[in-house]
Amino acid sequence: MSSEIAVTASDLRVTFRKGEVKALDGFDLEVPTGQVIGLLGPNGAGKTTAVRVLSTILRPDTGSAQVLGHDVVKEAGRVRRLIGLAGQYATVDEQLTGMENLTMVGKLCHLKRSSVAPRAVELLEQFGLSDAGGRPVKTYSGGMRRRLDLAAALVARPPILFLDEPTTGLDPQSRLGLWDVIEALVKGGTTVLLTTQYLEEADRLAQSIVVIDKGHVIAKGTPAELKAELGATVLELTLASEEAAQQTAALLATLSTKTPHIDGVTVGLTVDEGPKIAAEALRRMDADGIDMLGLALHEPSLDDVFLALTGRKAEVDTEALVEGTTRKGRKAKEAS
Amino acid sequence: MTDLATKPSAGTSIGWAFSDIKTVTWRNLIRTVRVPEAMFFSTLQPIMFVLLFRYVFSSIPVPGGSYVNYLMPGIFVQTLCFGAVSTSIGLAEDLQSGLLERFRALPMSRAAVLGGRTSADVVRNVFVIILMTGVGLLVGFRPQSNPLDYLLACLIILLFSYSLMWGFAIIGLKAPNAETAQLMSFPILFPLTFASSAFVNPATMPSWLRGFAENQPVSQAVDAARSLMVGGVYHNASAPWVSLAWSIGLLIVFVPLAVRSYRNA
Ligand SMILES: Nc1ncnc2c1ncn2[C@@H]1O[C@H](COP(=O)(O)OP(=O)(O)OP(=O)(O)O)[C@@H](O)[C@H]1O
Ligand SMILES: [Mg+2]
Repeated sequence: MSSEIAVTASDLRVTFRKGEVKALDGFDLEVPTGQVIGLLGPNGAGKTTAVRVLSTILRPDTGSAQVLGHDVVKEAGRVRRLIGLAGQYATVDEQLTGMENLTMVGKLCHLKRSSVAPRAVELLEQFGLSDAGGRPVKTYSGGMRRRLDLAAALVARPPILFLDEPTTGLDPQSRLGLWDVIEALVKGGTTVLLTTQYLEEADRLAQSIVVIDKGHVIAKGTPAELKAELGATVLELTLASEEAAQQTAALLATLSTKTPHIDGVTVGLTVDEGPKIAAEALRRMDADGIDMLGLALHEPSLDDVFLALTGRKAEVDTEALVEGTTRKGRKAKEAS
Repeated sequence: MTDLATKPSAGTSIGWAFSDIKTVTWRNLIRTVRVPEAMFFSTLQPIMFVLLFRYVFSSIPVPGGSYVNYLMPGIFVQTLCFGAVSTSIGLAEDLQSGLLERFRALPMSRAAVLGGRTSADVVRNVFVIILMTGVGLLVGFRPQSNPLDYLLACLIILLFSYSLMWGFAIIGLKAPNAETAQLMSFPILFPLTFASSAFVNPATMPSWLRGFAENQPVSQAVDAARSLMVGGVYHNASAPWVSLAWSIGLLIVFVPLAVRSYRNA
């Protein structure tokens, strides 16, 4: 894995509705070659807008972005030969069959004539669509459509892949399958920028995570680094009574730099060295004769990270979802 | 399969533009064929128009005496003009379905989407002309000119409808959805095709309408087709040239505007 940078964005700004909506507001990004970067953010954070700028669909108001050294505005044609895009909404032709969709994309990517059909067949197989390949896409289920859309992004074997919420709408099994596909691609040297609302997905796939909110980056790092920022491990103790919980909290206060968090009969303690502290806690409680019903040590999830960074829970905001499904709202100035 | 096999093959950009237009045209034609109901009814409509006008208005006095000979060139032009609506509907649908998003991120020629849409619509219009010629012959249409002039007439009206398609492309790209694109097209098409020389002699219209009806581009195309297909009393040496000039003029105006709408859509 080289340390070269495959995709950069600096100070991107994109506004909609005559400046009323700032979709990107000073967005910066660096994606090292051969890595998976997860772009994480709540609804309306600007993930899709960032992907559309990087894939030459949308021209930014200011700022610049390069893909393998080529400017996405001035050298859009070059960039398009290097990227594969699977947008947030499956963009395949409903009337055409799966096979026809893929051969159309193959021709439009200017593949060698003789490899257009074999490549389509290969992808249909890879995505479990061989049997459905001859059927019009309008007969496909949502998940099948999604997979075909991803297959279409891979037709020309692009070195850079942009995937906007690739597993939204997939069942758990298809999601796992897709993760395998992405991991295989990355092993083969593909660079992937992936947006997601599933924190688990970013955690599993991405070497590094960029958290965005309100159009700009609010945190970045490896999943481990982001979690560390929160203070390593959470030690959770369950006691027999609220009284015992109070007592325990007082007893263990010196073990953490942060005040223990009491919630009914449970006491939460953010600590640096989980196992060691847990042992010490047990020793103290034993000495004081406090009985304990349960003990748990857990890493903070990215949900915790998100909560800590934005002060909001990373949950689906239904209003934004409804807005997001009306595609026609999104036709402000775009590059061709 | 090796990586090399999926490397783009070499080629000039003009060559690729043609190949991309061909690919998109093919895709649009497949879409048409895949909806047999739409195919059936869009074929039925021109046939119905021929039959209705041929028999309902057969007693309308026209120069030359034979209404069916007067009518057929007019029906041709009217049908092709209405066919241009499918350009706007097709583009509005592609925009709405998000497919244009995918196309924009592909290394295909920028001319391909508009070129492929209009080319597919021209192919359909050729089919419509052949079909209507057949139906016309069945109900008494008797073109008097030689086949070459007939063909020339067909080319002139195909070119005219082609120039209109670029105008309707703009509507398709600006409309919020396909239904609206269609609704926006009719207020333009109805006055143009009916306040023309397509169905009745403009000389019989009120004077305020007559000036418009005689000189607007649809009438010029109809007069050119009538002159070349039927000839005789309809002979009009200048109409083919005037129609040609209209088509070229409209293309000069509409093509850049449509391209700009596509970029901004
Ligand atoms: N074409 C458009 N016209 C108007 N506003 C837009 C347009 N596209 C995006 N926006 C707005 O810009 C902001 C960022 O949108 P974007 O789609 O990039 O968010 P996102 O992070 O992808 O959200 P989600 O998780 O819901 O997909 C939102 O407030 C959205 O409403
Ligand atoms: Mg999005």
